[in-house]
Amino acid sequence: MKSIFKIAVVLMVFASVVACKKDTRPNYQFMPNMYEPVSYETYQDSDAFPGNMEAQLPAEGSIPRGDHMPFEIENTTEGYEFAKASLVSPIDSTEIDTPRGKELYDIYCGICHGNKGKGQGKLVKREKILGVPSYDDVGRAITEGSIYHTIYYGKNAMGSYANQLNEEERWQVVDYVLKLKADIEK
Amino acid sequence: MIQVIYRQLASKIPYLGLVILLTFSTSLTAQEGDPAKGKTLFNTNCAACHQLDKKTTGPALRNVEARLADEQGLDRTWLDAWIRNSAGMVKSGDAYANQIFNEYNGTAMTAFPQLTDQDISDILAYTAVDPCELNPQSSPDCPGYVQPTGGDNPDDEGGISNKLILGALAILFALLAIALVLVRKTLNRFAEEKGIDAVAKDKSLPIWKAFVQNQFLVLVTSIFFLLASAYFIYGYLSQIGVDQGYQPVQPIHFSHKIHAGDNGIDCKYCHSSARVSKTSGIPSLNICMNCHKSVYEYKGETTDKYSKEFYDGEIQKLYAAAGWSDADQKYTGDAKPVKWVRIHNLPDFAYFNHSQHVEVAGVQCQTCHGPVEEMEEVYQFAPLTMGWCINCHRETDVNVKDNAYYTKIHEELSKKYGVEKLTAAQMGGLECGKCHY
Repeated sequence: MKSIFKIAVVLMVFASVVACKKDTRPNYQFMPNMYEPVSYETYQDSDAFPGNMEAQLPAEGSIPRGDHMPFEIENTTEGYEFAKASLVSPIDSTEIDTPRGKELYDIYCGICHGNKGKGQGKLVKREKILGVPSYDDVGRAITEGSIYHTIYYGKNAMGSYANQLNEEERWQVVDYVLKLKADIEK
Repeated sequence: MIQVIYRQLASKIPYLGLVILLTFSTSLTAQEGDPAKGKTLFNTNCAACHQLDKKTTGPALRNVEARLADEQGLDRTWLDAWIRNSAGMVKSGDAYANQIFNEYNGTAMTAFPQLTDQDISDILAYTAVDPCELNPQSSPDCPGYVQPTGGDNPDDEGGISNKLILGALAILFALLAIALVLVRKTLNRFAEEKGIDAVAKDKSLPIWKAFVQNQFLVLVTSIFFLLASAYFIYGYLSQIGVDQGYQPVQPIHFSHKIHAGDNGIDCKYCHSSARVSKTSGIPSLNICMNCHKSVYEYKGETTDKYSKEFYDGEIQKLYAAAGWSDADQKYTGDAKPVKWVRIHNLPDFAYFNHSQHVEVAGVQCQTCHGPVEEMEEVYQFAPLTMGWCINCHRETDVNVKDNAYYTKIHEELSKKYGVEKLTAAQMGGLECGKCHY
């Protein structure tokens, strides 16, 4: 009888140790002071900020370091027409990096517009998102300015990609889109 | 006065001309449309902004031709003109064109001059098709609609019957066991009555006593037990602080399997900062909304646990968090952040930079994060221990090709180690200060 009791105690201790490991919560830490940062960690909760979170929008009107210039054309139909007619790429032919433009295009645009720009990306083929035009669409007649404006602000069902691509990357993508357009029109 | 009247007349002549022209053109193009062709045309040209039964960027288009005629008294000529050049119609001062333009916040509809009259007829034929005719199951209002019956899933039935069989077997075995005990008891009683000693008493030593008396065996066993417990204690201690397999419940059930696996969206589409910064970044909700403005319901495969209603509910959670009103197709401005639970977290004393690994080294995301594209809920795949880091640095060859800037140092290091291929470790990937400072 006594031995049964002993076995039960050992089993219970074992079970309690094993049960502490649960996948929905993080494991124990040894000396957490070495693990947890004193400074703010990315995305952490904090009472010091509005909304109780560390992630905040930059102050209004702030410009990132480097040579980024504010984009002053407005997100309206007039702004779009203005960009279409007059906005030109600031990067010249020596700075154009087609392999990088293709890489970025395939990540951000190809999923809907298709890797050839015919509007037959994977999401379109699977009928998740429909009505993606081909780049040679005559009603739209896209130009480098209108492409940039659309990447920056989005258009109709397409959203803005300004926070996924920086200014120089956007212009690389614009150049690659024009190459695809030329290929389709051939 | 007379002059003024003349001026108005003169300005009206082009309109009159347009009306006459369009009247004639319709009489030429009164053809039957083909709904099947219309569907393809609709999906390529119109579906970006229009759906049949739901207001999106533009109005819903079910039966648009009939509705326009009934409600506004506008005929096909008006529609043709609108489709081919809506901006021109708005400028010309057409009353209904301006009403629609203003109702949709001045969003100009793209002009479609390339659509022929036949194309437009096809599209209109597609919008006029009764959805019940194509598929009686499309809505409960259809006459041929059959209420879907529950439990028609064959897997379900299999599950239940399996459980039943197992339960019946368990009961059977319990009965057998009881029967055996009872039989033994009766037999013993018979034996006692007949005076036979059925249970022969064993006079030799019990095995445990024999074991205790053999000191050599006791020594070997205790050494074995000590070693085994040391092994387990070491294993237990060394997994403290290691979160491999950590799979928290997230506030919105975001399925990486659907997004990255089924739909093949690149990891860097959402986690774009992995290319350029230390952290790989949790995408902000505007990136979700880039697609989910259009994708408002789940149409893919479902299981018992994850039904269509479940996924649709999760999309609604996203709309609530982003402050998006699906009915009005507008942001209400009432957004609240989603408290995602962080899974991969290195201790503060170790430095790790995503861009260095993703952009410079070209390491696949899956090397460290595992098959995320197959995970319905993400868990931590790698242990993220120092041994794991170092192992990879020792084994990974550095890409020295097409890397002109570092040619010299690569050559020097290759000569120093006498190797053809350099590993990350030989490039200094094991130096303490690279990650701990």
